Amino acid sequence: MSDSQDLTGTGAPQGGPQPGDRDQITLINVRQGQFGAQGDTSGFDGLVRPVQMPGASERPYGEWFDGVVDVLEELLGDDAAAAIEHVVVDRGELTLRIAREHLLAVAQHLRDDQDLRFEMCLGVSGVHYPADAGRELHAVYPMQSITHNRRLRLEVAVSEADPHMPSIVSVYPMNNWHERETWDFFGIVFDGHPSLARIEMPDDWVGHPQRKDYPLGGIPVEYKGAEIPSPDNRRQYR
Amino acid sequence: MTQTAPHATGAFTDDPDAPEYSAYGGDWSEIADEAARLGQQRIVVNMGPQHPSTHGVLRVMLEIEGETVTETRAGIGYLHTGIEKNMEYRTWTQGVTFCTRMDYVASMSQELVYCLGVEKLLGITDDVPERANVLRVLMAELTRIGSHLVAVGTGGNEMGATTVMTTAFIAREDTFRVIEMISGLRTNNAYIRPGGVAQDAPEGAVKAIREMIPKVKQKLDELVDLQLANPIFKGRLKGVANLDLAGCMALGVTGPILRSAGLPYDLRKSEPYCGYETYDFQVPTSTDGDAYSRVVLRLEECYESLKIVAQCADRLEASEGEPVMVADKKIAWPAQLSVGSDGQGNSLDHIRHIMGESMEALIHHFKLVTEGFKVPAGQVYSAIEGPKGLLGVHLVSDGGTKPWRAHFRDPGFNNLQALGILTEGGQVADVVVAIATIDMVLGGVDR
Repeated sequence: MSDSQDLTGTGAPQGGPQPGDRDQITLINVRQGQFGAQGDTSGFDGLVRPVQMPGASERPYGEWFDGVVDVLEELLGDDAAAAIEHVVVDRGELTLRIAREHLLAVAQHLRDDQDLRFEMCLGVSGVHYPADAGRELHAVYPMQSITHNRRLRLEVAVSEADPHMPSIVSVYPMNNWHERETWDFFGIVFDGHPSLARIEMPDDWVGHPQRKDYPLGGIPVEYKGAEIPSPDNRRQYR
Repeated sequence: MTQTAPHATGAFTDDPDAPEYSAYGGDWSEIADEAARLGQQRIVVNMGPQHPSTHGVLRVMLEIEGETVTETRAGIGYLHTGIEKNMEYRTWTQGVTFCTRMDYVASMSQELVYCLGVEKLLGITDDVPERANVLRVLMAELTRIGSHLVAVGTGGNEMGATTVMTTAFIAREDTFRVIEMISGLRTNNAYIRPGGVAQDAPEGAVKAIREMIPKVKQKLDELVDLQLANPIFKGRLKGVANLDLAGCMALGVTGPILRSAGLPYDLRKSEPYCGYETYDFQVPTSTDGDAYSRVVLRLEECYESLKIVAQCADRLEASEGEPVMVADKKIAWPAQLSVGSDGQGNSLDHIRHIMGESMEALIHHFKLVTEGFKVPAGQVYSAIEGPKGLLGVHLVSDGGTKPWRAHFRDPGFNNLQALGILTEGGQVADVVVAIATIDMVLGGVDR
């Protein structure tokens, strides 16, 4: 966990992989200080802690994971090494980090091969990691196999500067609205989507509200003479 | 962005000459006369977002020719409240009070899937006490009954049968009495917490559950007698809003709609959680794939849920006095609630302990309540069988006391995509039946 990592206290965010760690693949956040608001008097302001997602796993992955990865690699052939960037097994769940150019092919294999047969994609969840330079926007696809009763996760990372990835609606029509939602909230452009319109926010809305740099909003509230700031501006633990 | 952005709402065509009518109720004959005078066959009707049959604030854009629907589009987002964004600014425990308000008809299911996700992140899934799991199952099943009763009741109301609604709501009220007795609230309970449940069932809860079961069963019988053999009801629902298995799989439809197409997919059986594998119950299915079979399935599921509730009552009786929260005091919420003169309040014993006896207990209480507990970095997906289908949550932690990201897969959001295929080619009046049979709640769809 983050507590065990190097507490440099230099004041500068320490991005990138940490020496001695497993192969780190996602820098979730660089935590600074102890509290949410600036100018805190606790003396913890200089504390800087990079927090990484659990790193890539080595074979054997355990359970049914090896078999699925084997089948997928075989189907992808020469592209396998480029398509599957990382395999992560954490908390009993399998995550495949996929390069965006190969997402559509991977989705097609996952759905159609009889040994994989992930009939359902349970949507796509966007996640914004502003500290993960060049890979700020992640799209996470939970895939459900009803035939084999398995679930795995595909994760595709793109940069804020080039937030494009292929739409998998042609393979999983059920993802139509989910991709619209992720476009709406995160600004990930799903190329090839039949109609990538906003879905929750109004059509003329500016910005993508679920990004971390988008403020939560809210106004200070006065209560019994004291003024309480909006939730994202409060002095608080984090 | 240089590409022209597609729009979700607005006119079907950009034709500026297309005549526009605004209906405020009661003036339909004038509009029809005017349309007849202009000799137009193709009419676009906006249904909602304030239409009573749209279960809240769904907007349906219908293109019709005569009485036949040729194209349907659903416009959502009118109830978007930023719950997922808000959860990123609250502790993991406070998150329960947010997600319970998404699909407000199935509050407990969302609390449950969220807490299962947090527990998986914490790695304490197996530490949750048995009695807490029984209470969770009890609550989830009472919620399922309530949700199905609302689906069947409001569906009946929309077709003009108010008695169906009142009967269903009376039965739902009976389930609420038990939920209120145990959790303190009828709905939006924030009862299921990471690590267990907020408080133990009070004295007399088992008795109340056992008294509730026959009452609800009787109302269910009434609903069955009232509806299933009724020629008008059958005429309105049989063979309407069909969706076969291939359509369900293409659109990711789960829950009663998928089971009405013949696939007995139920996460309580396929991926049991909270000990569902130890309960005796059936998963009703049908192969008709129409609106009628979905009503039948929902009612049958209510009977099955009552069977589970009865088993929960037996287990609660047997496990009297056992803990309902994990033993780890760094996670277990310290609040001990009791019924005070105002209906609810903190337990006086607990207040006496932290205010008068132990400074450390006070510090601990204060730290845990204001700061919360830290959750190790990582991401998980947890899914349960909600009343409306597969309810999932994707949680990401950055190792702090607040979620980095919480994303819910509301089954209604996904299932609503099927509205087009359920309605196109049918009659306008059947659109209402199709919406009722999807049984989405817009609070959950929009979050």
